[in-house]
Amino acid sequence: MSAADTTTPAKVPPPRQAPPPAAWDRPRRPRGSGGAATPWLLLAPCLLVLALVMAYPLVRLVTLSFQKFGQPQLWGFQGATWVGFANFRAVLGDGEFWAVVLRTLVFAAGAVLLTMVLGMAVALLLQRVSPWMKTLVNIVLVASWGMPVIVATTVFKWLFDSDYGILNALLSKLPGVHMIGHNWFASGPQGLAVIMLLVVWGAVPFVVITLGAGLTQVPKELEEAARLDGAGAWGVFRYVTLPILKPIIVMLTTLSVIWDMGVFPQVFVMRGGHPEAEFQVLNTYSYDRAFQVNDYAQGSAIALLTVVLLLGVVAVYMRQMLKIGDVE
Amino acid sequence: MSSTSSVGGPSGVGGTAVAPGRRRTPKLGWNLLGLVVFLVLGFPLYWMLDTAFKPAKDAIDPDPSLLPTGLTLANFKRALDIADFWGPVGRSLVVSLSVVVIGMVVGMLAALAISRFAFRGRKIVIVGILAVQMVPLVAMIIPVFLLLNDLGQYDKLTGLIVTYLTFILPFTVWTLRGFIVNIPRELEEAAMVDGCSRTGAFLRVVLPLLAPGMVATSVYGFIQAWNEYLYALMLMSQEHQTATVWLGNFTTKHGTEYAPMMAGATMMAVPIVVLFLLVQRKMAAGLTAGAVKG
Repeated sequence: MSAADTTTPAKVPPPRQAPPPAAWDRPRRPRGSGGAATPWLLLAPCLLVLALVMAYPLVRLVTLSFQKFGQPQLWGFQGATWVGFANFRAVLGDGEFWAVVLRTLVFAAGAVLLTMVLGMAVALLLQRVSPWMKTLVNIVLVASWGMPVIVATTVFKWLFDSDYGILNALLSKLPGVHMIGHNWFASGPQGLAVIMLLVVWGAVPFVVITLGAGLTQVPKELEEAARLDGAGAWGVFRYVTLPILKPIIVMLTTLSVIWDMGVFPQVFVMRGGHPEAEFQVLNTYSYDRAFQVNDYAQGSAIALLTVVLLLGVVAVYMRQMLKIGDVE
Repeated sequence: MSSTSSVGGPSGVGGTAVAPGRRRTPKLGWNLLGLVVFLVLGFPLYWMLDTAFKPAKDAIDPDPSLLPTGLTLANFKRALDIADFWGPVGRSLVVSLSVVVIGMVVGMLAALAISRFAFRGRKIVIVGILAVQMVPLVAMIIPVFLLLNDLGQYDKLTGLIVTYLTFILPFTVWTLRGFIVNIPRELEEAAMVDGCSRTGAFLRVVLPLLAPGMVATSVYGFIQAWNEYLYALMLMSQEHQTATVWLGNFTTKHGTEYAPMMAGATMMAVPIVVLFLLVQRKMAAGLTAGAVKG
């Protein structure tokens, strides 16, 4: 702990203090040559596009969730009418919504935890294996990282197929186990566990590679010093490595939470486009309400609630990113 | 005196004596563990390729062989026959390329503004661009669907392209900004001292240095657009579907035929994985360079 506490501040301040002066005499030059309007002119196209494709829909999302908007409004037979908080009352008063929220939270928590722990374990392992083994694992990591989500989902569907899936065939080779014909998706928890595995498989490479790059930045002398002070392998990791990696870990965890709370294609495609009730997570639930039940207003309300639920995590992520932005 | 020598001596000797010993013995153990990780992580990829290239009847063998049983292209032929493949792929290409080109041009200007100019409101713009990346796509799908519906852009490639800018543009701006910030401003200033205009300095000095970063960003953006599923599913009809939706809907009258499906998956994945392998290092380096500093 003490080793990390003394080194982290020592490591961080120099870059943080150095750039600001540079950043502040930057502006004067461009202002002289280009005028204050130049940056806004450069930004204009970008802001215009974002206003059209982001700001407008976001505002519409909010207004929609306070309106009555179904099929007749979609076809223009009826105007949208304001209904106040009726949509939210209906959604929040529905026991199914809370079941979905709970399911999403448990799913995301499990996926994030697994991703981070496995990612860290593999990153540490890669420091200890021979170079050729490291290259081998890295190739697989990058290749699976690059796999399109839809492709990965269809491959997992095949691996876990009840009749011809390789997993059931392999499991059945174990003495006393008969898994051929076992349907992994017959029950929600088991099916979601498979989907979680798919999500984790897709997310681990990014975590391993990012943490691996971070691990190379941990000064060897510090670990050595901690070891000389009597720290075991766990002690070195807990009090030296972990504190130094903290900014990366915070960033990866917040990103993972945002991604895993937002799973959609994995669940949707795995269940053939019609997730059963016990497979619904917030995003598929919102989609279902809007496009299957044709209640666009309630779907919007659910989406809005999801965004609100994520705000805290997003705030942590943004703070971390802005710190980086300041440094540069 | 004796205490200092006893503390310094043994620990120093012990430290040097233990370290090499420790390192040598468990290496085999770590490597074996590494092999397990390699096999487990790589298996889905291997099994996709294996199924795609093996005869379809071997794919539904009740006692499947883990090793390749034969090499055939029949599954690919079948995948191409079952459903129109090139149509969706063509549409995906048009959409992804257009999004990347528009995103690069518009994004580059914005990235320059927030990385090379200091102006009132700069911070708000940066926060805004970061925040916009965090909005879940699913939250946007309902209003975007209604918007395109109102504009008569539902089931049109232009509508899909504009929609994809929601996630490609903020990503492009943020990533390019990272690359620009890493180019020393002094280079540009030196060129301006030597008589270049600001634009000239940018074109002659910054742009060549930025080129690899631009390529990496474009390729990465292309991959993201290519892989997108939700918007493609919602905003295009069945007959104008893009490649991801094509694969997601891959079923036949006889149920799911997995061998051709894996052939389709292979065709979708291989070009993307290769592109990804090419740019990954560059992108990851940019990301962590910033992260460690924070």
